[in-house]
Amino acid sequence: MTEILVLAEHTGDDVKKVTLELITLARRFGEPSLVWIGPGAEQGQARCAEYGAARIYVAADPAIDDYVVAPAAELLAQLVREKSPVLVLVAGTPQSKEVAGRLAVKIDSGVLTDAVDLQPGDDGPVAEQSIFGGATTVHSRVRRGTPIVAVRPNAVAPEPAPGAAELSPVSLAGEVTGARVTSRVVAERGERPDLTEASIVVSGGRGTGGAEGFGVIEQLADALGAAVGASRAVTDAGWYPHQFQVGQTGKTVSPQLYMAIGISGAIQHRAGMQTSKTIVAVNKDPEAPIFELADFGVVGDLFKVVPQLLDEISKRKQL
Amino acid sequence: MNIVVCVKQVPDTAVERKLKPADSTLDRASVDGLINEIDEYAIEEGLLIAEAQREAGHDAAVTIMTMGPEKAAESIRKALSMGADQAVHLLDDGLAGSDAMSTSYALAQVLKQIGFDLVICGSESTDARMGVMAPMLAERLGVPQVSLASKLEVDGSALRIRRFSEDGYFEVESTLPAVISVVEKINEPRYPSFKGIMAAKKKPVQTMSLADAGIDPALVGLGGSATEVVDFAQRPPRQSGTIVKDEGDGGVKVAEFLAAQKFV
Repeated sequence: MTEILVLAEHTGDDVKKVTLELITLARRFGEPSLVWIGPGAEQGQARCAEYGAARIYVAADPAIDDYVVAPAAELLAQLVREKSPVLVLVAGTPQSKEVAGRLAVKIDSGVLTDAVDLQPGDDGPVAEQSIFGGATTVHSRVRRGTPIVAVRPNAVAPEPAPGAAELSPVSLAGEVTGARVTSRVVAERGERPDLTEASIVVSGGRGTGGAEGFGVIEQLADALGAAVGASRAVTDAGWYPHQFQVGQTGKTVSPQLYMAIGISGAIQHRAGMQTSKTIVAVNKDPEAPIFELADFGVVGDLFKVVPQLLDEISKRKQL
Repeated sequence: MNIVVCVKQVPDTAVERKLKPADSTLDRASVDGLINEIDEYAIEEGLLIAEAQREAGHDAAVTIMTMGPEKAAESIRKALSMGADQAVHLLDDGLAGSDAMSTSYALAQVLKQIGFDLVICGSESTDARMGVMAPMLAERLGVPQVSLASKLEVDGSALRIRRFSEDGYFEVESTLPAVISVVEKINEPRYPSFKGIMAAKKKPVQTMSLADAGIDPALVGLGGSATEVVDFAQRPPRQSGTIVKDEGDGGVKVAEFLAAQKFV
């Protein structure tokens, strides 16, 4: 059976949703084999089986995880040489894209990033990409080597299918080198879902007026079980932490629902959220470019509209 | 210390960008070209490191390296007017349409020729947005990759950075030589001064062809690339949505929309 390598993103004890999306996508092309670097494969195994992973190559050696990107790429290159997969899938996150880039050089193969879909074609997989802030849709393919594709989180919905998810230990031949991670700091996110993985994102912009005003964004996010995002104006001003920035120089999100509150929708911001399925905007400026994208928009004061919306949501929840 | 900053000229993101129907490559001619925004932070970081080196009594030079058509010379001028010492412009029609694999190969060939202690890149460009160039260069050059830096410290031959991660950040250590990529939190790029603009006119810019850099023409350009565009289309403008003015019931209207879409 044709094998597909999928680089797992995980939290150390469970797979992230994007990994289940990648397994689902991989099944269109053959039998998905996960590559799990670091601890936690035993705990994550059941969920991977549920979504159709045939096996999990586990590289538990902590040294691999302690060096930046290079050993992960080397391990994948080793597996590509041993297993001859027809396709390598990684998540379209900054770190996994870096792994994909190095892997491409190692195995002399083409790499495509930020795919929002991937379909079988006559000459191998064809990736759909949405470029220039979503203004142009491109189909591309790899024409040399083993195709390596980085897929955006939320590109496909995870669909269960039975798989054995058999654990198979692997180790890196040769010495681990490069830049070494000396410490890791995990930012507070509280109970909210991960920004790039969330199915609903509520983002606040300059219109929130400051850190205090940004509180209504958090309240709305919590009412909807959503992740919080922010425009660059907000993170640059220090109203909200940088890791929540959505946009060209921040995170790219593609949720089912994106709510832009007090965000004008400069190209900088649109590039990070334009492929969201449904977009709702609240802004007091009727000329704000965000309204060009919105499926539903309210021209008004967010400090009036959002509290009323919160009331309305809690009323509906009680029904 | 020999610092090389990779700079890419990209189309202005404020205007409409298009692919050319003939070969599906980016139409660079019809729009204004600017230095890729994050590359300005890379230039600034190079200048800051060079200044610190000189202050400590060491020699330091900042070389701007770019690959692109004639027009990219404007971006080189801007980088030199910010304070870089010299530039190398890889300029050859054979490079047009190169993908990431071809581009990283071509740039690595130039870097091998000109030598470096530090290569600094922006984390991604506003046109292709792949975010793979620094890792690919590190791989091709066989030196550590110290990427996605929001903070950087050079101490002798040691290098420490704060690396962006999905869930927070990592502290990372490495040795020189290395390839670095920076994110825009790292500094605040300076504006060229009048003196800087005048001085830039006299700074040396070396133009290199494929042959000069020892680049195999079969491995670059549209023909040498490892990927290709099958087709492309302008996305039809989004179905225009419903925009209402808040008449005191804006919040209720949003809730109704969300309920109809099954979000609440």
